[in-house]
Amino acid sequence: MSGLMAEMVGKALKHNIPLSVQLDLTYRCNERCIHCYLDHDDHGEMTTLEIKDLLDQMADAGVFYLTISGGEILMRRDFFEILEYARARTFSIKLKTNGILIRKKEADRIKELGVESVQISIYSHIPEVHDAITKLPGSLAGSIEAVRRLREHGIHVVLADVLMLSNANDYAGVRALAAELGAKFTLDPTITPMMDGNRGVLGLNVDESALREVFRNESLVGNVEEFCAPPQGVEESALDMLPCSAGHTACYVSPYGDVYPCVQFPLPCGNVRRTKFAEIWRNSPQLLEVRSITLRDMPSCSACTHGGTCTRCPGLAYLEGNMRGPSSQDCEKSYARTGVMSENLKTKKASALLAAGAPLIQIQNLQSAGL
Amino acid sequence: MSDKPYVARSAAIAARVLGDETMVMSAGDSTLFTLDPVATLIWESVDGLTPLEDIVQTKVCAQYDVSLEEALNDAKLLVEQLAGHGLLLLSDQPIAQSAKLEEAKP
Repeated sequence: MSGLMAEMVGKALKHNIPLSVQLDLTYRCNERCIHCYLDHDDHGEMTTLEIKDLLDQMADAGVFYLTISGGEILMRRDFFEILEYARARTFSIKLKTNGILIRKKEADRIKELGVESVQISIYSHIPEVHDAITKLPGSLAGSIEAVRRLREHGIHVVLADVLMLSNANDYAGVRALAAELGAKFTLDPTITPMMDGNRGVLGLNVDESALREVFRNESLVGNVEEFCAPPQGVEESALDMLPCSAGHTACYVSPYGDVYPCVQFPLPCGNVRRTKFAEIWRNSPQLLEVRSITLRDMPSCSACTHGGTCTRCPGLAYLEGNMRGPSSQDCEKSYARTGVMSENLKTKKASALLAAGAPLIQIQNLQSAGL
Repeated sequence: MSDKPYVARSAAIAARVLGDETMVMSAGDSTLFTLDPVATLIWESVDGLTPLEDIVQTKVCAQYDVSLEEALNDAKLLVEQLAGHGLLLLSDQPIAQSAKLEEAKP
């Protein structure tokens, strides 16, 4: 984060301003990605008028960064009406889309409206692999065509890849594709549970050895030695640090007007159809609770050697059952990165051994071990 | 710059007031700027139709203990810098809304 940005975040924290919001316009989608955390049926999306009113409220509350996402945002016929309105309220806007519905006319309009960047999901450079993930034949070709069109207009594009079993070997190819297209590249190594808590999709996650390989790829992480350095324990000052921006300077609004701390943190905090956005942001008991949590309040994590450097996601911890608890997926990432187990993983391993009937302390006869 | 410039905000920006300061981002290159409280006052007042001198006199000099000459010199410097980054439009004539939108197009 740049110095100026850090200063702005500090100011937003001081004045309790929701600097960043992700607004999902719809959960409907023209793809059916195998790892998606959403239910794609329409359960009563906000109308154009409701969304415009929400945009006014968010601008008045101080929201600066607005990520417009879905579902597939271009499934909404009023998408450009909403985007134009949002730009007139001078948000800095990032779009997340698969791009398939972006043709010349749409690319022209996106350029005209001064969108900051467009993120397009690409899961492999190999059509068979990508299309098997999206379950839409021809989807890779469509998405790449959109990237080309946007780049021809000089629009910043980010290719977003998600690491999973079926594409574990392809991220280098997607990265090369991004470079060829003049786009940036991001790789998310985590499949998250569905918003309704269903954890079935977690089986798509890559194993620890694949994660370890990613974390030791210099072109992805920079200085490998530094990135994978063993943790140094938790300093006293780190105990009062905020876990992440969710609920502090950022939040998420669903197509139905539900407000959550983050798209990955499905703790319902209010609904903008019943309560003003600013009122929810300032006074929702759930958001106040999220804001009250520091590392010091997390029994397992505050005692963990990874505490100061862990990328613990409070939303994933919440989905695991306790927003003050550890997020095992992040514990696994810390382990793959450094080779050092978190307190949570040690406890889990011990519990698994006990459940399997094995004694916690195992003494092996030297002779039977062949020594 | 003209002695009595008219100033308008470009449409190709993102901006938000944070407390008594303003963060402004150029949509072209995503460069971020912050404006202090006095610059924020001017930023919020420019409408393309009111001469900068009038804004400085009625807004800045009314709130701060500063001479018109000194405040106007500083304000001109500020709007020139911001215009240089594409955040403001300057003209010796009033700037219509359509011109602001036209300017935002590629």
